[in-house]
Amino acid sequence: MSEPARLWGENLTLAYDQRVISRELGITIPDNSFTVIVGPNACGKSTLLRALSRMLKPTAGAVHLDGQVISSYPSKEVARRLGLLPQSSIAPDGITVADLVARGRYPHQKFLKQWSRADEQIITEAMESTGITDLATRMVDELSGGQRQRVWLAMVLAQQTPLLLLDEPTTYLDIAHQMDVLDLCAELHHERQYTLVAVLHDLNQACRYATHIITMKDGRVVAEGAPADIITAELVEDVFGLPCRVIPDPETGTPLIVASDRRGAIRRRGRQERPQEGKDAAEGAGETAGIGASSSA
Amino acid sequence: MTASLTGSAPPSGGTEPPKDEQAPVRIVRLFGDRVSFRMRTRTVTVYLGLVLAAAVVFAISLMVGDYEIPLPDALLALTGQGERLDVFFVQGVRLPRALTALLVGMALGAAGAVFQSLSRNPLGSPDIIGFTSGAATGAVLTILVFNGTMAQTSLGAIVGGVATAALVYLLAMKKGVQGYRLILVGIGVSAMLVSVRDYLITRADLTDATNAQVWLVGSLNARDWDQVVAVAIGVAVLLPVLLALGPRMRLMEMGEDTAHALGVPTQATQVAALVAASALTGVAISVAGPIGFIALAAPQLVRRLARADGTVLGGAAIMGAFLLVTSDLVAQRLLAPTQLPVGVITSVIGGGYLVWLLYREWRTGRA
Repeated sequence: MSEPARLWGENLTLAYDQRVISRELGITIPDNSFTVIVGPNACGKSTLLRALSRMLKPTAGAVHLDGQVISSYPSKEVARRLGLLPQSSIAPDGITVADLVARGRYPHQKFLKQWSRADEQIITEAMESTGITDLATRMVDELSGGQRQRVWLAMVLAQQTPLLLLDEPTTYLDIAHQMDVLDLCAELHHERQYTLVAVLHDLNQACRYATHIITMKDGRVVAEGAPADIITAELVEDVFGLPCRVIPDPETGTPLIVASDRRGAIRRRGRQERPQEGKDAAEGAGETAGIGASSSA
Repeated sequence: MTASLTGSAPPSGGTEPPKDEQAPVRIVRLFGDRVSFRMRTRTVTVYLGLVLAAAVVFAISLMVGDYEIPLPDALLALTGQGERLDVFFVQGVRLPRALTALLVGMALGAAGAVFQSLSRNPLGSPDIIGFTSGAATGAVLTILVFNGTMAQTSLGAIVGGVATAALVYLLAMKKGVQGYRLILVGIGVSAMLVSVRDYLITRADLTDATNAQVWLVGSLNARDWDQVVAVAIGVAVLLPVLLALGPRMRLMEMGEDTAHALGVPTQATQVAALVAASALTGVAISVAGPIGFIALAAPQLVRRLARADGTVLGGAAIMGAFLLVTSDLVAQRLLAPTQLPVGVITSVIGGGYLVWLLYREWRTGRA
């Protein structure tokens, strides 16, 4: 890359109090990418996202945004450049959809200028592009989970930051609503040239939607690149400890991860264990290793 | 939430009447697009209604008493004209008392709203989190141990309140203030302070104990212009600070991360709001004693009346003023000529309110 990316971090040590999550982590979010961070639970992917969005101050190293250390900007200035949808937000009691979306305009508003025509226009657009215009006057607490997530997304869109970080935006949604949210992200990325960074749990969704994938384990980046280039059965087994096959997605041709069938092994183990109770753990461990070996063959 | 996750398709607009139609909204734009506000018509109506109601009660409290003054004479006396006795009663006795009630009510209402907003809990008022007990113990200590004057008692109250607040915050602080921690630590500290206070009172002689007890209930009897000036300065300085922090606090009610992401400096806002609200409570208590429940009830009542989507600081201040000036009128006239301390009335109203609040929360399964 000739020019430095808009968002990157160097030498990051990330910790909560004394508990170090990542050490000397280097990360670059390619401009105009749809970057997805994947990894097993507690691998530090949400922590990384928190550091990139200045929610967590690195113990060492620094995150850079548009050529400056992110912590050197006033908070409102960062909020005009970079948006974040956190994992959980609380909708105030009795707030309407339109009012919640309008709160996304906060970083652009001044004390005397709280509801300009431009604000109104942008709020209307944000609700249109997330398909919630019809819900504008409804109370947020009456909505379903899927509708609610779209309202939060609309709020972040109203913030008008072409750099957008999403922490597990599909959690708690059923499969159809998950795809809705991801389609919306893909649209933002394609049509409006947003740079998106999302933490996702579903590897297949990550492979389908991401242009750039970052896999993490134990606070380190294991591999990054285009999904087709880096996602292999070896990588998935290394990172997640999941024996699997990787085949082309019949819809898109992107990598599709199919977990190995371990039920036979479990049944076998069950039969062996039943006659003599309390077999030691070594047997079980050997069994698991056996599964791994058989699947990679 | 879990039940609605699998929910069916969203009802498209117009097919079913929304349960709670959004109140009509008025958008105000001045000087082209340079100044713009948006307000709900209902909010404006409720605020104006409360201001009007407070003004009526205020006027009545200038008129009634053992020596009744008709309204025209009372208004005349306000300007310093009219009969000398009228002027004496209105300007020297009733006006300072009613003004103190309005200002202390404003201070308590606004401060209560701040504490509730930051703890994200309707119980997070200075009464519950120990601030009031701290101030009361400070005052009792000054009265009984140091034989303090009225002014010294006020100072003792402020020192006690601030010290307790600092202690509670320090104990509850863990990466920012957590709502439930703050409340539970506050209740614990509060209980200890009450026992210290009660011990002091049992050791005191009868006159001192009675004085302390009267102070402890919270009263507006015989307040003069010194007190009006003190609380007016406090409100004039601190209330605008809190009103300016209001929008940030409302965003913080959506969760700290969300507010931070929208550009709110959350830690600084929290500290500034806590300091300003503590000082405001301290000023109010130092003037009127620990008047209970205004701080607890006013923010919630106005919020429900106006159907506001979050804490409304200005509204809480207006509601607090109305509640206290009304309670004080009742306290003066209910058993006249016996004068009740206003704290007795607010406690009765507030206690009822608290029972209703808990019942409601329990009914909706949130307590």
